[in-house]
Amino acid sequence: MGVLLFLVIVIAASIPLAWLFRATLVRTLPHDIAIVARDMPLTAAFGLLVIGVYVFVAVLAPVLAPFPERAVVGTQFQPWDSTHWLGTDRLGRDMLSRLIYGARNTVGIAFATTTLAFVVGSLLGIWAALRGGWLDQGLSRFVDALMAIPSLIFSLLLLTIFGTTVMTLILVIAAVDATRVYRIARSVAQGVVVMDYIEAARLRGEGNWYLIRREILPNALAPLVAEFGLRFCFVFLTISSLSFLGLGIQPPTADWGSMVRDNATLITFGNVTPLLPAGAIALLTVAVNFVVDWQLYRASGLKEQG
Amino acid sequence: MTGDVLLNIKGLHIEGRAGEDWLPIINGIDLTLRRGEVLGLIGESGAGKSTLGLAAMGFARDGCRISGGEITFDGIDLRAASERRKRALRGRRIAYVAQSAAASFNPAHKLIDQYCEVPVLKGMGRSETEAEAVTLYRKMQLPAPEEIGFRYPHQVSGGQLQRAMTAMAMACHPDLIIFDEPTTALDVTTQIEVLAAIRDIVRDYNTAAIYITHDLAVVAQMADRIKILLRGDEVEEADTRTMLANPKADYTKSLWAVRSFARPEAPPPKGAPLVSVQGVRAGYGKVDILHDVSFDIHAGRTVAVVGESGSGKSTVARVITGLLPPRDGQVVFDGTPLPPDYRARTRDQLRQCQMIYQMADTALNPKLRLRELIGRPARMYLGLQGRALDSRVRELLDLIELDPDTYIDRLPSELSGGQKQRIGIARALAAEPQLIICDEVTSALDQIVQEGILKLLDRLQREFGLAYMFITHDLSTVRAIADEVVVMQHGRVVEQGPKPEMFAPPHEPYTELLLSSVPEMDPDWLTRLLAARGGTVQAGAPCSGGKG
Repeated sequence: MGVLLFLVIVIAASIPLAWLFRATLVRTLPHDIAIVARDMPLTAAFGLLVIGVYVFVAVLAPVLAPFPERAVVGTQFQPWDSTHWLGTDRLGRDMLSRLIYGARNTVGIAFATTTLAFVVGSLLGIWAALRGGWLDQGLSRFVDALMAIPSLIFSLLLLTIFGTTVMTLILVIAAVDATRVYRIARSVAQGVVVMDYIEAARLRGEGNWYLIRREILPNALAPLVAEFGLRFCFVFLTISSLSFLGLGIQPPTADWGSMVRDNATLITFGNVTPLLPAGAIALLTVAVNFVVDWQLYRASGLKEQG
Repeated sequence: MTGDVLLNIKGLHIEGRAGEDWLPIINGIDLTLRRGEVLGLIGESGAGKSTLGLAAMGFARDGCRISGGEITFDGIDLRAASERRKRALRGRRIAYVAQSAAASFNPAHKLIDQYCEVPVLKGMGRSETEAEAVTLYRKMQLPAPEEIGFRYPHQVSGGQLQRAMTAMAMACHPDLIIFDEPTTALDVTTQIEVLAAIRDIVRDYNTAAIYITHDLAVVAQMADRIKILLRGDEVEEADTRTMLANPKADYTKSLWAVRSFARPEAPPPKGAPLVSVQGVRAGYGKVDILHDVSFDIHAGRTVAVVGESGSGKSTVARVITGLLPPRDGQVVFDGTPLPPDYRARTRDQLRQCQMIYQMADTALNPKLRLRELIGRPARMYLGLQGRALDSRVRELLDLIELDPDTYIDRLPSELSGGQKQRIGIARALAAEPQLIICDEVTSALDQIVQEGILKLLDRLQREFGLAYMFITHDLSTVRAIADEVVVMQHGRVVEQGPKPEMFAPPHEPYTELLLSSVPEMDPDWLTRLLAARGGTVQAGAPCSGGKG
């Protein structure tokens, strides 16, 4: 009953918050962006607001956090009090500080990974669509082979082989996710390369790089942006689950996935603290999806028939 | 032949939504149609022809609303009638034939299944409907009427599909058919067949029809009366012969005048040709599309390449540009043979030969602003940067008669169809080429807009001494702009020569067929033509004269 009441209060509070946020955007932004913001649904405004808060927290983590990330500052499993707002973990580190630093680590790594996956995947995909022939066949079949292996098992395998540094983590997950991005970029680009303006640009003697950058990419951007949001959520969840399994971000670096695992025993005692990092993950996932839905809606042209 | 009033529209107002506002599309138009009568609706695009046609069925498109006036069909008030009542009328008593049959048929079902859908729904037996379909297919002069219904839409040609669609519209013997530009997308030779078939069937069933088109010569053959629309207003209405002989309004006169655009004779060619296509054989896969095609293009002259679709006109252009390397033969440019593949050509060779496409919508990158669309070739080939580039783009916009300050930072989606085509021209000019290939550049445009584009091309040719290769199936365009004509059929050059020679007899049989198929403004033209061709197209009784 208490949980239900809590949820109702949160949702009721977030609606005016989102409305306020949108109104502020419309007021403060320059005119051409403000038009877009005005037609934004409340869910998207809420999503943007949440993402903004996360970015803010991640960037200013050292300023915001009351204690250092890795220091043991109290006894084990202290309850919530005025010094340690969210108590301490099983080593006596401050939960709130680790939650704040976790935003920086988990979200930062997820963002870097998704960006890398997108740069590699979409460039290769568009290049394959543009060139066609054996290059397209070769790349596409290679990607098919990679996609045939279940992604979590494949990443576990690679991480076991190459070790679990942050760099390998980023590279491995990016490699796995780039295959999905490649598929989408290729199919979108295939629709674009048959247009007359691509033929005209080819006849003009343009190189591949110009064709990809100026002629194809702008026309393939909308679905790719939408996919970026979705992919970001998946990467985020993958990192958290890998961390939960012990192969992701390694201690003592603060990370939401491993924080859930480390403090899971508390749940047995009816304490909600270990669920907070999970809640942070859930909230960001929902927020990103709200924004992505809005982008998809804009990209699909459904807005024409309001 | 005409009887009591079937359709009566009074003071019709239709509005379309533009953001928050409603803008008028039709401003108080009256229309009366009697049984068995054919009314031609004429106007350029955006005049409200199609909207008016659809309103005759009591229908307004998405984003439009009928805001005033009366629509009475055979005593039934369509504005007050329930959606159910209107649905019972549509398909059974009022039918609609759309411009593009290819887009209106469901590609996943056989023609006969789609034919039977409405009659069976309205309670007719399947087998008798099929039998009637065959009768109608035969009336429409479709080949193998017993079997054609069992094909899928992509297995028959465009003209056959358009006729199958007309047959479908006739399935329930409607009292009224609305034809929305049924032949605009067809070749002249195919158009004749469809026109003859439609005219016969409308006459045989004593059906009333509204015939929407922007082609005056076509409507002259079909309609008893003509109504001319301009931006939602009626300009004038009269019976066909009066209208043709004695148009009253200035706008009507200007429509009539478009067809008379002609340019002064260019001086005869001197010296070596600029481009020489020599014995080209080319094709896709195992099939040869072009067989031994040869012709020359001289600097400052226009060569029109004419033929129906599938004759290999566009393939020739692909060979010249290097998109399709020929199997035999070569293209010589200014005395030097061009490498067959465009990738092997130098930047300067690429610059010399530019192309303008039929569909400006797909030929301009929708995400680039005009500044880059037009500026890119200038920057690439001529190395212009910064301020020099900016002033060159403005100069080019001036050349194509668009105001630089207004347009330079626009996206293609913010332009009209004719303006987009002008941008295509500016992009070709930016490279400062010697040859421009125009691939059906006017066929997607209205006549008035077409005339503007042709005049512009003509002026640019005189100013810059450009050579044009003008690919088209429209012989009136050829008559207006060409110096020399190359007639193609099945991938071969049937006949070629200077325009005056080509338009004077004697002709090759195919040239004769093409020439005689161009509709003329004379309302008896189709009748005479069909009689002259000895009923090869039309099996029914010989047509009497005009019936107005």
